[in-house]
Amino acid sequence: MSAPPKRDIRGCMTQLIKRFDGLFLPVIGAAAMIGLWAIASSTISSELPSPAKTWQESKLYVLQPLEYRGELDQGILRFTWLSLKLVAKGYAIALLVGTPLGFMLGLSKFFTKAFDPIFQILRPVSPLAWLPLGLVMFSSFKENTSEMAALFTIAVCAMWPTVLNTAVGVRSIPQDYLNVAKVLKLSKAKTLMKILLPAAMPYMFTGFRLSLGIAWLVIVAAEMLTGRPGVGGFLWQEYNSLIYSHIILCIITIGLVGFVLDRLMSLVEANVNYLLNLPALVRRLASRVVSRPQLEVAHGLS
Amino acid sequence: MGFLELNHVSKGYGNDGARRPVLSDINLSVERGEFLAIVGYSGAGKTTLMSMIAGLLRPDEGTVTLNGQVVTAPAPDRALVFQNYSLLPWLSVYENVYLAVEQVFGDRSAKRKQEHTDKYIEMVNLSPARKKKPTELSGGMRQRVSLARALAMDPQILLMDEPLSALDALTRSTLQDEIERIWERDKKTVVLITNDVDEGILLADRIIPLSQGPGATLGPAVRVDLDRPRDRKAINHDPRFKAIRNEVLAYLTGPGKRRGSAVATGSSVANPAVPELHPVDLMASRRMGFLRGRKTVEAAV
Repeated sequence: MSAPPKRDIRGCMTQLIKRFDGLFLPVIGAAAMIGLWAIASSTISSELPSPAKTWQESKLYVLQPLEYRGELDQGILRFTWLSLKLVAKGYAIALLVGTPLGFMLGLSKFFTKAFDPIFQILRPVSPLAWLPLGLVMFSSFKENTSEMAALFTIAVCAMWPTVLNTAVGVRSIPQDYLNVAKVLKLSKAKTLMKILLPAAMPYMFTGFRLSLGIAWLVIVAAEMLTGRPGVGGFLWQEYNSLIYSHIILCIITIGLVGFVLDRLMSLVEANVNYLLNLPALVRRLASRVVSRPQLEVAHGLS
Repeated sequence: MGFLELNHVSKGYGNDGARRPVLSDINLSVERGEFLAIVGYSGAGKTTLMSMIAGLLRPDEGTVTLNGQVVTAPAPDRALVFQNYSLLPWLSVYENVYLAVEQVFGDRSAKRKQEHTDKYIEMVNLSPARKKKPTELSGGMRQRVSLARALAMDPQILLMDEPLSALDALTRSTLQDEIERIWERDKKTVVLITNDVDEGILLADRIIPLSQGPGATLGPAVRVDLDRPRDRKAINHDPRFKAIRNEVLAYLTGPGKRRGSAVATGSSVANPAVPELHPVDLMASRRMGFLRGRKTVEAAV
């Protein structure tokens, strides 16, 4: 057994190289993109602002990210916050509607036969198509029409991954677990809470993550068409005002925020089990605190 | 009429055209408090038989009755112990057992239910692991949890479907001893399905071979008239034990065997000679401590 130390050194080296790769290579990639952008702006598309010009014209929004100068002239983080708020609402609706639908698809063959085809047809429809319909549907809401339409669009586009993944999760629950429910004669509600929900949870969270990605994708289209303040609304306004560098600023912001959201959801997804145990963990800690005096009594008796 | 009765029970899978019979004309009567073992080939339909007794499957023909009532659906009065444990991985040992206790004794006070749960976890010697998740336990420990859950339901009948088949030999023999110990105490009606003839003889009052499928059926029952508690070491030398084993194996390798089927034992059909090798003996010495115990592996034909 003389190999381990050698392997350790090699392991350290590969780790170092990996870390170097992880930091350095993405910088090279980004630099290449900026280079291409600079070349493109100075050659084929003269309207495209160069990287330097983009920074010059955008730095006000980046360096004073929380500034409010007017409804469609705010710091970039303010716009991001407005967009995130709208996405959060639409996403919440998507999950609240999508999860039960997924369960029904997963549990009922009848429901699947009836609704799966129509879901498959509605699923690929673009947000750009849903939004006008939303505006028509919610026209009676007066000043809230555009928000309702935006929420409708986000929800209806973002819920499909949740619906389909939940259905797959429910369908792939091992028969053993269902047998346990049958032998114990668990009620419907208890079977759902104690068996179906925990067993399908990993799949559901995959769906939740994909849904969030779509919700963020849709927000921009929704804001562009409704003219609501936010990253997408700002982008569209600046296009109309011929300030093209701000379009690039918005694209970078949207990309970064989307990336962060996805990472956050991946973290949640990877720790589903831990999160599921959280209530039990709290209960355990609480019971430990409570039961300590009893333990001492027991010791005293012995 | 027996406590558990199966009358002309048949079951097959597939549609009418390509129907594959699994079990045909199963007749069985189990007395209250009896420990019955059914021994058969893998894939003979043992699990199908058990699922029908449990009510998870309905027979195509014939009836299953427990205590005079026709079995139509699963219920907690027929507790099941599966080969693959069937524990819920997101619940701890305690929670897995408690879920069953809560379901069966819902009207009791929370404190009594907790005590009841702890009693059965204690019975299978798992108290130190009560807060662990099934994934943190070995196969043997998982099966103990499954056993504790089944026993805690205080069922009318305990159904064990190859409970020890997935375990290593040493763990298996320990658990066999525990099953016997617990049964001696409770005297529950038990149906054990196994592919291990010796296990059946060690534990059961009666042992019935199940012929090889398709269309498997039960062979002649053999009464295991060996005194309890049975000492697994002494029993190996008991001529009655050998006679029972030969009788069961003679059926399984003789009339109970279908043509073209692969059988693990390479023995002659008429008079099967079975090597008497028992990992059990190693276990005994280990339990006594390595210094005192003799490591004996007896091989005699």
